[in-house]
Amino acid sequence: MNFDFSDEQKLLRDVARKFLAKRCGTNVVRQVLDGDAPFDRDVWKGIVELEWPGTAVPEDYGGIGYGHVELCVLAEELGRALAPVPFSSSVYLATEALQLAGSEAQRRKYLPQLAAGEIVGTVALAEGTGAIRPSAIETSYDNGKLRGTKTPVPDGDVADLLIVAARSGESPDDVRLYLVDSTSKGVTRDSIHTIDPTRSHATVTLQDADAEPLGSGDADWTVIERLRDRAAVLLAFEQLGGADAALEMATEYAKNRYAFGRPIGSFQAIKHKLADAFILNDLARSNCYFAAWALSADADELPIAAASARIAATEAFEYIAAENIQTHGGIGFTWESDCQLYYRRSKLLALTLGGVRDWKHRLIDQLEHRTTAPLTTAGAK
Amino acid sequence: MDFSDTPKEAEFRQEAREWLDANAMRGTDTTGKFHVGGGDEEAALRNAKTWQAKKADAGFVGVHWPKACGGRELPPSFTAIYQMEESDYVVPRGFFEIGLGMCAPVMMRYATSEQVREHLPDMMRGEKVWCQLFSEPSAGSDVAGLRTSVRQEGDEWVLNGQKVWTSGAHFSDYGILVARHDPNAPKHQGLTFFFIDMKSPGIEVRRIKSIPGRSNFCEVFFNNVRIHDAQRLGEIGQGWEVAITTLMHERLAVGQASGTNFDDVLALARTAELDGRPAVEDSLVRDKLADWYVRDKGLEYGRYRMLTRLSRGEMPGPEASVGKVVSAAQVQQVAKFGMDLMGAAGIVDDARLVPAGGAFQLSFLAAPGYRIAGGSDEILRNVIAERVLGLPGDIRVDKKLPFNELPTGTA
Ligand SMILES: Cc1cc2nc3c(=O)[nH]c(=O)nc-3n(C[C@H](O)[C@H](O)[C@H](O)COP(=O)(O)OP(=O)(O)OC[C@H]3O[C@@H](n4cnc5c(N)ncnc54)[C@H](O)[C@@H]3O)c2cc1C
Repeated sequence: MNFDFSDEQKLLRDVARKFLAKRCGTNVVRQVLDGDAPFDRDVWKGIVELEWPGTAVPEDYGGIGYGHVELCVLAEELGRALAPVPFSSSVYLATEALQLAGSEAQRRKYLPQLAAGEIVGTVALAEGTGAIRPSAIETSYDNGKLRGTKTPVPDGDVADLLIVAARSGESPDDVRLYLVDSTSKGVTRDSIHTIDPTRSHATVTLQDADAEPLGSGDADWTVIERLRDRAAVLLAFEQLGGADAALEMATEYAKNRYAFGRPIGSFQAIKHKLADAFILNDLARSNCYFAAWALSADADELPIAAASARIAATEAFEYIAAENIQTHGGIGFTWESDCQLYYRRSKLLALTLGGVRDWKHRLIDQLEHRTTAPLTTAGAK
Repeated sequence: MDFSDTPKEAEFRQEAREWLDANAMRGTDTTGKFHVGGGDEEAALRNAKTWQAKKADAGFVGVHWPKACGGRELPPSFTAIYQMEESDYVVPRGFFEIGLGMCAPVMMRYATSEQVREHLPDMMRGEKVWCQLFSEPSAGSDVAGLRTSVRQEGDEWVLNGQKVWTSGAHFSDYGILVARHDPNAPKHQGLTFFFIDMKSPGIEVRRIKSIPGRSNFCEVFFNNVRIHDAQRLGEIGQGWEVAITTLMHERLAVGQASGTNFDDVLALARTAELDGRPAVEDSLVRDKLADWYVRDKGLEYGRYRMLTRLSRGEMPGPEASVGKVVSAAQVQQVAKFGMDLMGAAGIVDDARLVPAGGAFQLSFLAAPGYRIAGGSDEILRNVIAERVLGLPGDIRVDKKLPFNELPTGTA
C-alpha cells in the first residue's frame, strides 16, 4: 500500500512549490487583484515553460505524458499559491474535454497548442443562477451556429478556445458540447466583476457564432458529467492547497500575536478553532487522495470520489478562510492583509462547477444507485 | 497512489482472510452480544477467551511485536492489515484491547525479560485480562494530578487510594497503575509506575453503572495493598514518562468510536418516511447524509494514509487523534438524527419495536462516553493544536509547585 504521493511526485511538488514561492507570492496575486490584467502573464509564462499544461496529455499529442496524480500534485500547489492564471480552465476543463470526447482531428489540432500554452481554453457551462443541469441551459446549436448567453465563464475573456454546452435539438435534455473560436464573428466577451478578481470571468454572448460539435457530436450530458467529475477532483486539490496555506497563515499569526500578556494561540477558543481546521483539512486530504486514485485509474468510484473530495475540500477551505480572518482580528479585515485573498478564493472555488448542495445531491444519488460494490477494504482491487 | 499491498503484505492479508473465513462469521454484530457489556457478560468473556486463544495460536496476536516477546516481528502495517480484515467479521470485541494495546507495550519496554515471558503469552491468549488504572476522582484529563499513594517498605510498596472509570477492572487479572510516591515533589515528578495483581489482598472493585445502563467500568479501592518492588516499571519518579508511553500507544489501540454509522442511517433513510416519501428524498436528509459519508470516508482513507506510514516503519503521530475526535462526535450526531427520522417512535428503547434493533437508541446513550474516554474532545484538540500545529501550551499554574500545595476544587 502506498496511499501517498510517490517520491517522484513529491519531487515534482517540491519543484512546483519552490517555483511558485519565488514567482507567485501573494504580492503577485495582489497585483492582479488591484490591477486591470485578467491574469499574471509572468507566472503563466513560467508555468508554460515548465510544461505543466501538458502534464496529463500524452506525448503523441504534444504533452509530457505524466498521469493525473501529477496533475493533482500541481493543482494542490497552484491552490496553495492562489495562482492568478487560467490553468484550471485550460487544463482541467478544456484539455480534459478534448481528451475525453474530442475527435482525432480535434485532438491533433488543439491538444498540442493547449499543452504548449500557445492557446488558452475553457468550458462554458453555466447560464446565470441555479444548478448546472440540462434544463437550465438555453443556449442552442443549430446547423453549425450557436446562439445564447453563457455566464459566468471562467477565463471567458482570455480563452482562445471555448467549449460550450448547448441544446442540440428540441429536447431540453439533449445538451452537448461545441467548439467555438473565441475570436470568430458573433462572439462577444464581457469581463465581469466577481468576488475574486484574481481569477478572471466573463459573460460570453453567442449570436450565430460558428461552432463545431465536440467529437462526432456525441459529447452529451454524460460526457459533461464525467468532465465535471474529473475537473472537480483537481479543483478539490486546489481547495486543499488553499486551505493548508490559510491554516499556516493563521497558525503563524496565533503564535506571534500577543493579547493579555500571552500569545493568542494559547487561548483555547483560538487553538481549538485551528485544531478543527486541521481536522477538516486532514479529512479533505484523505478524500482528495482517494479521488486522485479514482481519477488516475478511471475507476467506477470516480463520481462518488469526486463529489466526496469536493464536499470535504469546500468545507475545509471555506472554514479556515473565514476563521483565518477571525484569528487576525481587525488587521484581518483590511484590504492590506492577505486574509482576503483566501476568503475570496475559497468562495470562488466552492461555486466553480456548481456549489456544495449540488455535489451533495449528486453524491447521495450515486450512493443510492451504486451498482459496484463499495471499495471498503484496501487490497480489494 | 494505490491500494495494492506489497507481495508480503498481500500474502499476509490472504493468510488472515483464509483463517478468518475458516474461524469466524462475516458481517457486523449490531446487537453487541459478543462485546463487553452486552447481554450475558460472563458468557461473552468465556467466548472471547476461546476466540483469543485460537487467534493467538494462529499467529494473529502481537503481529508486530518482537519474537522474544512472542510476536512475529512483522512491520506495524501487518497488524493494521489484520485489524482491517478482522473488522469485516463478527468476533468478540472489547476485552483484550487495553491489555494488548497499552499494557503489553509498556511491559515489553519496562519489564524484565522473565516478567515478559511470564505474562505476555497469557495476555496474548486471553487467559489473563489486563486493565489500565490511571484515572482517579480528582485526576482524569489531568491524570498527573492523581493522589493514590505508594510508600516503600523494604522491597515492597504499600498502596492506598482510589482509581475510577477503570474499564473491565471487575474481570481483570492484572492492571497497570501509576501512583504518587512523593507528594512534596512537583506533580509530574512524584509518580511511579507498577503492574499489579488485581486479586491482591486489599483491592476492592465496585462496578459503576453508566448511562446505557451497563456496568463496564469500575471504582477500584486500595487498602494497604502490597506490591513487590520487582513489579515497578521504570525508575522511582519516572512514572509520568512511562504513563506517556502508554498513552501514545492508546492512539493505536483505541482508534475510533463505534456505533451507528453512515450505512445504518442511509438504510434507515430509505425506509423511514417524511411527508409521505422516503426520507432519503428529503433535501435536509441528503445534506446530512452527504456530510457523514464524506467524514466516514475521510477517516477510512485516513487509515490508509496511516497504514502507508506504518509500512514505512513510522509510528502514528499526534495527528492520529483526528480519528477519535471525528468518530466520537459522528456516532452521537448520527444516532440523534436516526432517532429524529423515526419521529415520535424514536424515543422507544426496545429492540423489537424500532428499526435497526434499537441500535440508534443504544448509540445515542453510549456516545457521550466516547467523547470523554481515551482523551476528551477538548484534550485531543489541545493535542492537535500543540503537537501538530505547534501552538503554545495552556498557561499552567501546576508545574512547579509541590503537589500538596496545588489548589483544588470542590467537585
Ligand atoms: C467509557 C469510559 C471508559 C474509561 N476507561 C478508562 C480506563 O480504562 N482507565 C482509565 O484510567 N480511565 C478510563 N476512563 C477515564 C477517562 O480517561 C477520563 O474520564 C477522561 O480522561 C476525562 O477525565 P475526567 O472524567 O476526570 O474529566 P475532567 O478531566 O474533569 O474533564 C471535565 C471536562 O473538562 C474538560 N477539560 C479538562 N481539562 C481541560 C483542559 N486542559 N482544557 C479544556 N478542557 C478541559 C474536559 O474535556 C471535560 O469536558 C474512561 C472513561 C470513560 C467515559
